[in-house]
Amino acid sequence: MAHAYTPGLKVTDSITLRKSRLLPVKGEVVVELKTQVKPDDVVARTFLPGNVYPLNAANILNIEAEDVPGSMLKKETEYIKKNEVIAETKGLFGLFKSKLTATIDGTIESISGVTGQVLQRANPMPIEVQAYIQGQVVDIIEGQGVVVETCGAFVQGIFGIGGETFGRLQMGVRSPSEMLGPDQIYDRHRGAILVGGSLVTEQALNKAIATGVRGIVVGGFDDKDLRAFLGHDLGVAITGSEQIGLTLVVTEGFGRIEMAQRTFELLKSCAGLQVSINGATQIRAGVIRPEVIIPKDKMPSSSNKAAGEIERGLSIGTPIRMIRQPYFGRLGKVVALPTNPAVLESGTRARVLEVEFTDGQRALIPRANVELIEG
Amino acid sequence: MDPEKIKVILATDCGSTTTKAILIEKIGNEYRQTYRGEAPTTVEAPFEDVTMGVAGAVQELAELSGRKLIDEQGRIIKPCQNGQGCDIYISTSSAGGGLQMMVAGVVRKMTAQSAERAALGAGAIVMDVLASNDKRLPYEQIQRIRHLRPDMILLSGGIDGGTITHVAEMGELIAAADPKPRLGMGYRLPVIFAGNINARAEIERCLQDKTDLSIVDNLRPVLEEENLNPAREKIHDLFLEHVMAQAPGYKKLINWVDAPIMPTPSAVGSILKTIADQKAIEAIGVDIGGATTDVFSVLKGVFNRTVSANLGMSYSISNVVAEAGLGNIMRWLCFEMDESDLRNRIKNKMIRPTTIPQTLKELILEQAVAREALRLAFRQHKSFATTLAGVQQQRTIGDTFEQISSGAGLVNMLALDLIIGSGGILSHAPRAEQTAMMIIDAFLPEGVTLLAKDSIFMMPHLGVLAQVHTKAATEVFEKDCMVYLGTCICPVGQSKQGRPVCRYTLELPAGNTVEETLNFGEMRLIRLGLGEKAKLAAEPTRNFDLGQGKGRRIEQEIIGGTVGVILDGRGRPLNLADDKKRRIEKLREWMLALSVYDQKALEEKGLVGAKAPAGAR
Repeated sequence: MAHAYTPGLKVTDSITLRKSRLLPVKGEVVVELKTQVKPDDVVARTFLPGNVYPLNAANILNIEAEDVPGSMLKKETEYIKKNEVIAETKGLFGLFKSKLTATIDGTIESISGVTGQVLQRANPMPIEVQAYIQGQVVDIIEGQGVVVETCGAFVQGIFGIGGETFGRLQMGVRSPSEMLGPDQIYDRHRGAILVGGSLVTEQALNKAIATGVRGIVVGGFDDKDLRAFLGHDLGVAITGSEQIGLTLVVTEGFGRIEMAQRTFELLKSCAGLQVSINGATQIRAGVIRPEVIIPKDKMPSSSNKAAGEIERGLSIGTPIRMIRQPYFGRLGKVVALPTNPAVLESGTRARVLEVEFTDGQRALIPRANVELIEG
Repeated sequence: MDPEKIKVILATDCGSTTTKAILIEKIGNEYRQTYRGEAPTTVEAPFEDVTMGVAGAVQELAELSGRKLIDEQGRIIKPCQNGQGCDIYISTSSAGGGLQMMVAGVVRKMTAQSAERAALGAGAIVMDVLASNDKRLPYEQIQRIRHLRPDMILLSGGIDGGTITHVAEMGELIAAADPKPRLGMGYRLPVIFAGNINARAEIERCLQDKTDLSIVDNLRPVLEEENLNPAREKIHDLFLEHVMAQAPGYKKLINWVDAPIMPTPSAVGSILKTIADQKAIEAIGVDIGGATTDVFSVLKGVFNRTVSANLGMSYSISNVVAEAGLGNIMRWLCFEMDESDLRNRIKNKMIRPTTIPQTLKELILEQAVAREALRLAFRQHKSFATTLAGVQQQRTIGDTFEQISSGAGLVNMLALDLIIGSGGILSHAPRAEQTAMMIIDAFLPEGVTLLAKDSIFMMPHLGVLAQVHTKAATEVFEKDCMVYLGTCICPVGQSKQGRPVCRYTLELPAGNTVEETLNFGEMRLIRLGLGEKAKLAAEPTRNFDLGQGKGRRIEQEIIGGTVGVILDGRGRPLNLADDKKRRIEKLREWMLALSVYDQKALEEKGLVGAKAPAGAR
């Protein structure tokens, strides 16, 4: 059987997850193996080289570029303080000297006798990596970071914006079909990860930011609201670095779409727990989907699976979800897998499957337009 | 392997959305393409291994052909034995996403712009152009480099023997930024220096230790001359080496194949150039994929190629809307649609890129987006065509500062003989008329132009096959790959609706003659089948040109195809009505005249009112 289907997004109440927490450049790991960590615990830190500020020394000193190295009082890599004299001309008989002063605290990065430029580098900026999830340190990658492991529930979204954050999970709506509007966001949601139903509007997002909500997990989101919220049309789905005041995880897609019942029930059962979410999405090579991680002390009795496991292909009885019009969002199970391609309403010839929806209705659907319900 | 002994060839093309496999078999004395299979490309989790998509596509091919191609260990069976397996396996790949570059030069309108043209021509998305005179302070430029994290940087600047200081300054800025590549921590950022030869030592001093520095010939050796090819070739090499190799499973695929994996665009370009040279024609080819759209042309014997890295029909569909504007997409819809609904549908396609349109409405919407993606990609190609020619471009000192239009000269639509469309949306359109209409609306051919499509998108496979077995590639291209759609006749000019544009006579092979007048704003279709030829005599009215000058008669033999002879009286440039109601009326009229969509299905779905097609015969 060819894999002519979209692997489903993972929604499970029981999973073992490992997250690598790495520094962008080499540094120091500050936790030990087997340490229990909380999301905001620092696990590794380093210093990023400071910004560079050039000085056109030849111009300022009114000398030729080639004379700049000889006029320097400070050499490359030496420390400098703001307003400190770092170069001086010989002047005329020791008089009329021109001086060059540092504009920042830092070091001398380079001195060029070709361009006459002196580059100053500001003091290094500290960078810290947090654990992001509650769990145990199970591996140390020397000088780079750690691997944190946790057991609990896991929900993969389809699209998100904003980066890593954490907070207590709270329900903003009572049913997966309900819309999360500004009126449903209260002061008690400050610091929370809020679960919406079928849609969150731009107004609700703005209210959530003003209230201090850290994240929202919702079924659908309108593209026109995304555009208004970001201030531009999103061309390519590479997100996660937006500084927008909260993190949004969309579980189903664009438009008003009821959150899958199973996802909603799972999140509801975890209300009150500490969760970590990340909106980062990359729909390209090395795909990244947004996620909701809910660490639990006690695992449900169902078997614990490792993330990333490929479970099965399409077969008769496989539970599936339609991911395109005209049945977008509906659930069903596979009842037939004809080998020969069929002609669709659009006139396109494609390999299809026959689905039986939960209400008993049957339809032929292109295999490309369904996703497996993973768990 | 001895080419004579090759009887069964398996070829795959790993696109960013779909992996396509074809089987080519020697039947009697000739090679023919026999079966085709496809599967979603598996760069996504949980697979994250491009070879699984290959196995999926090959497995589908095996199911359809009844020939076992993969053994129990998941390996391709080679060589062919007892009716199982294949003799050689070859592949192309465009998985891995786009190439994101920064370019830098000394003067924004001169060396920096030449560098930009070189990078764009090589298929990159240019994230930013740095120049000594770009009005940003040096620390702002440094912060920009650090923030953007490009895949590579192209640094130019100074003519040979010219400024060293400013070039060295740009080198110092890059060194100070100490940029890290976007993908992977395991390698240093590739930087290509293509500037003043006298500045090489300074650049080496600044960048040798901090980056993966390559030095190529100056892309602007003198003020009046451009030499972009060395820089472009180096960009291609580094792209394959660094960016494409990041696609999960790519290294494994390399071990499976019997010939080096070619990037899909290079393979398509290679086969197009071979054919245009053989037939001595001017041709344009387009390959519209999920993430990128490539345009190739062979004009005046010169091969050009551009890659629009973020114009495509799945991963990049939303970017097409962002670049073209929603209004430009909606202008091609022959029905009213809520703007918000349209936006959401497009975004849903972007986040689930492997889905296909099941309903007619969704198909029409995707084809509207395709028109804009093709139009934008062609516009880019026209702007950069001459820069890709690789020939040194002579300019007088007087037009040195007027760079923008310098690349536009090569594309002359009236002289163009052939347009070939390729890529899923064109090759797999349910009706050939849809492919023809998309090509016409996007490329706006002028005069007399032959239209063709790649039947099942096998130009990439044949491009790589041509490297190992030219005979098989050429035979399959002629017999199974290229499908002529027909000839488009479009007089160039403007007039009022309904006024005569041209009087034409077509002597059809059955012996009958069509003698008619084409009016402004009309489209007509005269069926002329595959392999059939007709004699055309056309006399445009005095404001219209068919290639021989305004009002001048043309006579020539034209070729039919799966669509036939399309007479386009809409004029050039094409102006669609601003009034939505009138525009929709005209679109419906044209679509019905050319049988673009099934009239009954359109009516049933309430997408058009009942109306007899006016121009169809």
